[in-house]
Amino acid sequence: LSSIAGGVDCSVSFISYVLGKVCVHGRQKELLSALLPRLTDLTVSDCIWQRICWQLVEGVPDRWMEAVLLGFVQRAPGADVLSRLLGNLVVKNKKAQFVVTQKVLLLQYGHTTAVLQNLLGYLSLDSLRRALLLQVLQELLETWGSSSAVKHSPVEQQLYISKAILICLSHLKEPEIESCRQELLTSLMEGVKCHLDSSLPPIRRLGMIVAESISAKINTEGPVLKFQYEDDDEARELKSLLVQTPPCCAVPGLADDESEKAPPLGLKGNQESPPAAPVVPDEESDAELDSDDDLVPYDMSEDKEVKTKAPVYIRECLEVLTSSEDVDKWEATVKALEGLVRKNPAATREVSVELAKILLHLEEKTCIEGFVELRQRAQVAVLTTDPIPVAKYLTTQFYSLNYSLRQRMDILDVLVLAAQELSHPKSHGKTKHSGAQNPRVQLLPASGSSKNWRRIVDERIKSKTRRFATGQSQVEPVSAPNEFNSVAGHFFFPLIQNFDRPLTTFDLLGEDHFVLGRLVHTLAVLMYLAVNTVAVTAMGKALLEFVWALRFHTDSYVRQGLLSCVSSILLSVPAERLLEDVTEELLETRCWLRDVVEKDPDADCRRLALQNLMLMENLKKKLAADPS
Amino acid sequence: MALPPPDPQFVLRGTSAAVHTLHFNCGGQEPDVPILFSGSENGFIHVWNLKTHRVDTALDGHGRRSVYCVETMGSKDRLLSQGRDQRICLWDLAEGRTSVMDSVFTENVGFCRCSLLKVAQGRWLMAMAAKALEEVQVLELPSKTSVCTLKPEVGAKLGMPMCLKLWQLSGGSQPLLLAGYEDGSVVLWNLSMGKALSQLVCHPEPVMSLDFDSEKAKGISGSSEKVLSIWSLNEQQNLQVYRTHELVNPGISDITIRPDKKILATAGWDHRIRIFGWKKMKPLAVLDFHTAIVHCVSFSDHKNPRERLLAAGSKDHRISVWSIYTQT
Repeated sequence: LSSIAGGVDCSVSFISYVLGKVCVHGRQKELLSALLPRLTDLTVSDCIWQRICWQLVEGVPDRWMEAVLLGFVQRAPGADVLSRLLGNLVVKNKKAQFVVTQKVLLLQYGHTTAVLQNLLGYLSLDSLRRALLLQVLQELLETWGSSSAVKHSPVEQQLYISKAILICLSHLKEPEIESCRQELLTSLMEGVKCHLDSSLPPIRRLGMIVAESISAKINTEGPVLKFQYEDDDEARELKSLLVQTPPCCAVPGLADDESEKAPPLGLKGNQESPPAAPVVPDEESDAELDSDDDLVPYDMSEDKEVKTKAPVYIRECLEVLTSSEDVDKWEATVKALEGLVRKNPAATREVSVELAKILLHLEEKTCIEGFVELRQRAQVAVLTTDPIPVAKYLTTQFYSLNYSLRQRMDILDVLVLAAQELSHPKSHGKTKHSGAQNPRVQLLPASGSSKNWRRIVDERIKSKTRRFATGQSQVEPVSAPNEFNSVAGHFFFPLIQNFDRPLTTFDLLGEDHFVLGRLVHTLAVLMYLAVNTVAVTAMGKALLEFVWALRFHTDSYVRQGLLSCVSSILLSVPAERLLEDVTEELLETRCWLRDVVEKDPDADCRRLALQNLMLMENLKKKLAADPS
Repeated sequence: MALPPPDPQFVLRGTSAAVHTLHFNCGGQEPDVPILFSGSENGFIHVWNLKTHRVDTALDGHGRRSVYCVETMGSKDRLLSQGRDQRICLWDLAEGRTSVMDSVFTENVGFCRCSLLKVAQGRWLMAMAAKALEEVQVLELPSKTSVCTLKPEVGAKLGMPMCLKLWQLSGGSQPLLLAGYEDGSVVLWNLSMGKALSQLVCHPEPVMSLDFDSEKAKGISGSSEKVLSIWSLNEQQNLQVYRTHELVNPGISDITIRPDKKILATAGWDHRIRIFGWKKMKPLAVLDFHTAIVHCVSFSDHKNPRERLLAAGSKDHRISVWSIYTQT
């Protein structure tokens, strides 16, 4: 380059060739890290250098164009620099256009946000290229809105596409938005629908954020779409992409741009001064005779807040909850119910099924804080006090007509929480398994993510694989009989029985795949908690068959659940029993797991399958090492 | 060591319905018997003889609709009662008669108690809620001519008038009206001009009841929340908040200041009657007798201070009569 600077006349095309060849061979980092900064400096104001640069890049043969282009896009410090370096390359060169508009955005998804910013910013900086920008946006939206893409592409790719859409939106100007408003709206509608249908929370959230942004852009004066979702770092980062910092900033570190949110929040400053400014009471002069002193107050210690009394008997609670018109009493009953149930187990057992029925149908009459949690805890209390009849009732109701999805999921949550309570010893100490850590299992949140359970299973797997390293250094915890033993079957088998019989309002294998996913996760947890129970082998066998029947399900949430089931089975059923009674199913499952590891689009599924394979290997090794 | 609160001196039973309003008439000379008038939800007005503690007469003039205000006009023979049948009745009770002399059809279906003020011998002003939602109408009795109609300005959004108090600084001066409204504000009206002189937002909830001490130009109002608001009237006839007092339980249905301006009583939704010193709002006693909401409290007008009584009427059909702080 210095030679060119010196004015020596040389063939630019030769340099292009060299550039291309080097990049294709993978050496683009070294070459471009030297080349690009110099080019950047040189092209800042010098038009001739700019033209030379353009010719340089245009001269690269097509077969090496992608490598060169990618290198440029990745290393350029900003969209404007890229614009100076590449000029209108994308318009002139077909291959370049293909790489930039299709390949990088739609077919690959490993690039960083900065790369996306550079690319799309570059497209927006020149009027010739803006047409490409619009085209790119439309294609991105098509992909974003297609339901098969949402279902089958990995979460990372969807995140990438969403980011690209947001950046495109940020570059669009008013007239352009006007022209494509209708298409934006249509794709918005379709896209939102497929995203919200998905069972994975991250995808739902991505859908919500993008939809909000699009609607904000197209309806600047009317009411905009507003969703409720968790506003964590990822969401904030995505929203920050909507705002572009001007290119004259030193380093366009847009990822740190969290403080700029369009529109700026209005100042909440000017509080309306209250129409009555309280006047400070004048100090009574002490000289004034105060005849009030003659009046001696009476004892007022009995004067306390009036609280409605909660009923003390379980049967009274039943009455109040079903038929009482007195809302204060109803509220007091709901709050007191869990405690009463736990204190009066005998009385509860007499009316347990009725109480469970009332609680399942209980709706919020007044606005109590934490109503859902109160109801759930009461249900868990009833279930743990009288497990067998109530479990029977709940599991039959799960498959009955005319329940809402929310109620069915409530049933599953309650079964899991009760099972957890029954299987842990009352001393609330650490687990009964020596050496293994008991990760704290908390009340399942209402949205029911399976993250807790995966974490537990993971830790358990970790502990098992490193068992030879940790000794018996902890004190043996107090052991108590596992109460879940006698009732595990009652919880488990009815749930697994009817999953393939569709009802008019409830079809597990059809539309209600979200509930199916939750059911599968529930079964995994129940299996896990049934370790050391008598029925565990039978449960394991039934569960493996269930998994086998559903293994090709299209919803990745369901597949993750199935893989957790397999983990639970491998962890809970004693190894000898597994190898003796369940051999064929195990071998078939292993083949399936290998398939999943290689071919499943979802990263979590692959990871879980890999863990399961590891567990199986460990089992084999353990049995082989066992001399008996 | 404070004494426990006193028990009621006696309890009147027999109304068989919730008691909404009480009025004493004990100022008469012998052989006049001290009387307590009570209005109930079943439409009856009971005339209680305070010597025998029995009902002397029961007046049925409101078609079995609840009576929520009773007042006497000058003597115990002239009674005014207001009921939910949208009528205000004027009774003639002399010599054992029980007839309705006259009535005013208010066309108002609210609960606002009317307020009476004697302006001259035989002439009374009565303020009542009128037919239109936010209006208060002032009539002259017994002629029933309308003196003025007080309309808040358009867009004021005061809501229904909830409680009224007519007063004048001294005999012969301008009568003024204090009205508490549904939006929690108290408005001072000038009757001759028909204009509002001052408005003060005292509560976030409707003003349930108010009372005013014209000597000290201080008033008190209670609403459905926990705070009692004490406000004052300055020389420019402007209302200002003086202080607030927080109660243990929310909800006040009635407030009344004793005629000697030393103490006041509040009737609460928590079934309790509270007594405060008026000068500094010092809590004096909590009278816990009733088992349901106390709807009204009233002080008697005995000439002899030792005989003064406080009566409270409640939803539990009882009227409790107390003798408290009679020594001062």
